[in-house]
Amino acid sequence: MTALDPTGDPAYRLFQQRFGALRRSRQTESALTVAAVILLFVVAAVWTDFSPEKMVNGIPRIGEYFGKLFSIEPKRGADPIAVLALPHLFGGVKEPQSIAYWFYRIGTYATLLWQTIEMAILATAIGFGAAFALSFPATRTFVGSRVIVFATRRLLEVMRTIPQVVLAFILVWPFGIGPLAGILAIAIHTTGALGKLFCELNENADLRPVDGIRSVGGSWLAQIRFAVVPQVLPGFLSYALLRFEINVRSSTIIGFVGAGGIGQELKRVIGFNIYEEVSAIVILILLIVAAIDLISEQIRHRFIGAAA
Amino acid sequence: MNMDLAAERLRHPEVFRGKGWLRWLLLSAVVAYLGYLMWLFDFSRVFTDLPRVWVILRLMLDWNGIAEWDHVELWRSMLETVAMAYLGTMLAVVFAVPLGFLGARNVIPERVFHFITRRMFDGLRGLDQLIWALVFVRAMGLGPIAGIMAIAVAETGILAKLFAEAVENIDRRQVEGITSVGAGFIARLRFAVLPQVLPVMISQTLYSIESNSREATILGLVGAGGIGLRLSERIQINAWDQVAYVIVLILISVTLIDTTSRYLRLRLIGVIRT
Repeated sequence: MTALDPTGDPAYRLFQQRFGALRRSRQTESALTVAAVILLFVVAAVWTDFSPEKMVNGIPRIGEYFGKLFSIEPKRGADPIAVLALPHLFGGVKEPQSIAYWFYRIGTYATLLWQTIEMAILATAIGFGAAFALSFPATRTFVGSRVIVFATRRLLEVMRTIPQVVLAFILVWPFGIGPLAGILAIAIHTTGALGKLFCELNENADLRPVDGIRSVGGSWLAQIRFAVVPQVLPGFLSYALLRFEINVRSSTIIGFVGAGGIGQELKRVIGFNIYEEVSAIVILILLIVAAIDLISEQIRHRFIGAAA
Repeated sequence: MNMDLAAERLRHPEVFRGKGWLRWLLLSAVVAYLGYLMWLFDFSRVFTDLPRVWVILRLMLDWNGIAEWDHVELWRSMLETVAMAYLGTMLAVVFAVPLGFLGARNVIPERVFHFITRRMFDGLRGLDQLIWALVFVRAMGLGPIAGIMAIAVAETGILAKLFAEAVENIDRRQVEGITSVGAGFIARLRFAVLPQVLPVMISQTLYSIESNSREATILGLVGAGGIGLRLSERIQINAWDQVAYVIVLILISVTLIDTTSRYLRLRLIGVIRT
């Protein structure tokens, strides 16, 4: 085996030179990026009056707060004890440290949770209907007029960009405190978000059925109804179900601004420092969101996964 | 051409048959249920209270007092919101990178451990940022720090899960290649794993900054700093013109951040080269 010495080869030297140059430029680029990220971090920290020290100082207070969430004072002035304890776990409503004692207002919570889900159902349905209607005029391939397409698209964009909590806060003024404002806010946001997705599905729809319907004299509505809708509906429904999951989450928090559902109650108990109820409601929200996700996933897999 | 429709109907009954009564029953049940919900939530008020919406909209579009608004305060708060989103996301990245590696099945192939870490991420993720913000405001007081912490905590859950998935999806062959020439644990991580997961992590982080700047605009509504606080003040005193101005401010900022982040992400995956 002869050891080849490539260093004398001009081609090899050229390679070395270019490789070195590329490597150096990459390294400078990385170093600059890291420096920029750190610089931005410092600027942002100064701007918001944030320091790691403050965060570290805050951690004991957060720990204390979370500790209070999971402890109760059965008698006024007595030392707090853990919210649950094994010997009392399945005791009655009057027995401290039992599940029943912790969730003693389960009836109220259940009503509010059900209201929250109903809000999400109605908002998703309204949003689906509006997005369905608006997605066709917003699709370039179906509409000749550029003005209509542009206008509908901008409308959908505004609908989905305004934060829905802000929208709910504003709508509470004309429609009063209660679920109606929340439903409308979520429905408007849903319209914008679904409209965009529907539009993309429409653009990917096969145009040959449309030509077929047009060739036998079908109107624009007939073309949409008989050529496009059968193609896109499974996709639409799948997106709507996904959106329903998101809307359940949204409707749990939309109550913070007075727009109904469990959020309104959560805000109240946090405000009045009723600690054990805060943890109870939060646990229920986590459970219900997880349950809805599971159910909706099953439905999507079983019914729509096969069709789409 | 003159087609006899009645004859055709007789010849191909399946084409002309309706979609079946079951489907109609289901559809009318859905419609009835939605109608019930509308009745339950007092939907007629949408129409009776519509004049009040027009009042707000008219007030929103009247920007005659623009010279007297506190622009410095509003712009400061807007920048504060963006800074909160950036800080929160970056803190989340610091926590999420090690957690992501720990939660990846191919790094620690222990079923129980994997299950526990994943449920932990789910727990952090399952609660909305706004709930975290409300809790942190109670625990740490009003101000942006509560918002930063809320973003950091909620985002840690999201990013840790995504990072863990990125680590799980790496190509094993590169690791094997490096191992076959005698590389140790650190060298394997540096030359086989990192080059594969880093682009995913960076683009995911950029996306998170983008979505958190949206989310951070509402954190102020519960007292966690930023533009949301100004917005809620102005909604409460019915200064609708300024509310509209703040919303426009938010829309512009969010669009700017979206565009920058999209440009950076495209550059990252090599579509745009400078």
